[in-house]
Amino acid sequence: MTTRTLAVVSAGLSTPSSTRLLADRLTAATVEALRARGDDATVEVVELRGHARELADHLVTGFPAGGLRSALDTVAGADALIAVTPVFAASYSGLFKTFFDVLDADALAGTPVLLGATAGSARHSLVLEHAMRPLFAHLRAVAVPTAVFAASEDWAGGDGGTLTPRIERAAGELADLVSGRRSAGDGGAPRRSDPFADVVPFDQLLRGQ
Amino acid sequence: MQFGIFTVSDITPDPTTGRTPSEAERIQAVVAIAKKAEEVGLDVFALGEHHNPPFFSSSPTTTLAYIAAQTQTLQLSTATTLITTNDPVKIAEDYAMLQHLAGGRVDLMMGRGNTGPVYPWFGKDIRDGLPLAVENYALLRRLWDTEVVDWTGKYRTPLQGFTSTPRPLEGVAPFVWHGSIRSPQIAEQAAFYGDGFFANHIFWPPEHTAKMVEFYRGRYAHHGHGSADQAIVGLGGQVFMRRNSQDAVNEFRPYFDEAPVYGHGPSLEEFSSETPLTVGSPQQVIERTLGFRDYVGDYQRQLFLVDHAGLPLKTVLEQLDLLGEEVVPVLRKEFAALKPAHVPDAPTHAARVAARRAAQARTETPEGASTR
Repeated sequence: MTTRTLAVVSAGLSTPSSTRLLADRLTAATVEALRARGDDATVEVVELRGHARELADHLVTGFPAGGLRSALDTVAGADALIAVTPVFAASYSGLFKTFFDVLDADALAGTPVLLGATAGSARHSLVLEHAMRPLFAHLRAVAVPTAVFAASEDWAGGDGGTLTPRIERAAGELADLVSGRRSAGDGGAPRRSDPFADVVPFDQLLRGQ
Repeated sequence: MQFGIFTVSDITPDPTTGRTPSEAERIQAVVAIAKKAEEVGLDVFALGEHHNPPFFSSSPTTTLAYIAAQTQTLQLSTATTLITTNDPVKIAEDYAMLQHLAGGRVDLMMGRGNTGPVYPWFGKDIRDGLPLAVENYALLRRLWDTEVVDWTGKYRTPLQGFTSTPRPLEGVAPFVWHGSIRSPQIAEQAAFYGDGFFANHIFWPPEHTAKMVEFYRGRYAHHGHGSADQAIVGLGGQVFMRRNSQDAVNEFRPYFDEAPVYGHGPSLEEFSSETPLTVGSPQQVIERTLGFRDYVGDYQRQLFLVDHAGLPLKTVLEQLDLLGEEVVPVLRKEFAALKPAHVPDAPTHAARVAARRAAQARTETPEGASTR
């Protein structure tokens, strides 16, 4: 049995937060789906609200301070990511985007990701496909085909109670991508770009001078 | 070990009064700061080069020559000289000239600059940043080290039988440091030539500086200039002091909060714990600075930034008094006591001339002839 690290990023702001609630449902379903495939899972939740000031500071100073550093490391080192944001002004929230703005550009390359979003009405649901999916394509993450949107009515069991089946389908897709892979902590290729590894020896640069 | 100050030559409003000094005032202030640095017993004054407001220092050799004429012992340097956009022929000439006038008190620090738009102002393309730094510096070295230069490159017109004048003072080119905040490629360049490496050490956490210096030291040894702990390392640093540490914090806070580089972000306390910034008593500055050695090893030059973010001249001069009277004498003694004998001192022109003469004497010894 391989133990997989599952990072969960939630950009919900209120307490309790429906974004966090969706993240928790997706997480529980993914852990279960992994178990069904013979893998164990360690879950690391990053609540972005707790890093709001550190994220603004990072924009100004160019480096992550305190807890933000370990949050970024957690996401970069995970075998899979569940990323959930509330919809703000037709897109992911600024807080959510800032986290992925300051994350190392290669940190999610090849990482399986499950996308989720919440809003008051289902009219915002295409944010998943029109905003979130391109962001993770840019980060070269592997987003699973099913992304999960939850509107207020879904929590009331509206729309014929389709939320739970969608969650289970998405979790199954994520588990399929994760199980059978080499674990990031188990000799998998480091995804973080190492600026010191890219240095060209100077004699080589001078060739032809 | 050498101690000194470096200035980026920013003209910034004083946030406590809202007043912006004129260029004329700020230029005279920097001259006064340099002279004060010598007066209080510091070793080095380094001046930045920028070609856009809010900075004034477009012509560092003019300013440094003026300061050289009014000082006796102060080592004059740059922070940094733009190796990408300046013509290497002009750098070779200007700094060789300055070295003659200053009687051997000049070295310089190369940098790639921090402003993209500067490239087209000097007819260059920012996409060529790295190859420009490589080619220009290779040519600069040849112009200083070789009397008659035939040269063809990509970024300037070829040279045929060209001799840059004046020739380096006593045949020894000014020592060169390479300054960098984040680029390991610059550390590699410094290591390749056996030049000094100066880590900015102001904006980012110490772990970053430690990695850069460790990399430079390893590459210095790789390129055959000596052991890793013999590589020539300089560090920046940023301090604000009052005898009572709470007074220092209270006085510096508005300057910190509004500072162009990190203002409106982390608190003074957070930034002080994350970076080497030290705001407090002279004793606190001494302890923090001695701690730098723990993560970069024995090093040769420590420069402090003291005159930025709109701090008034009077305050800056008071900072220099504290540095010269209370901080640097202790640092000098403590660092010297810790340094092993095989770790070199900071390079000076006199020492480099002596080393060259000794090397020449060795190759001209009669034993070589008698064995024939």
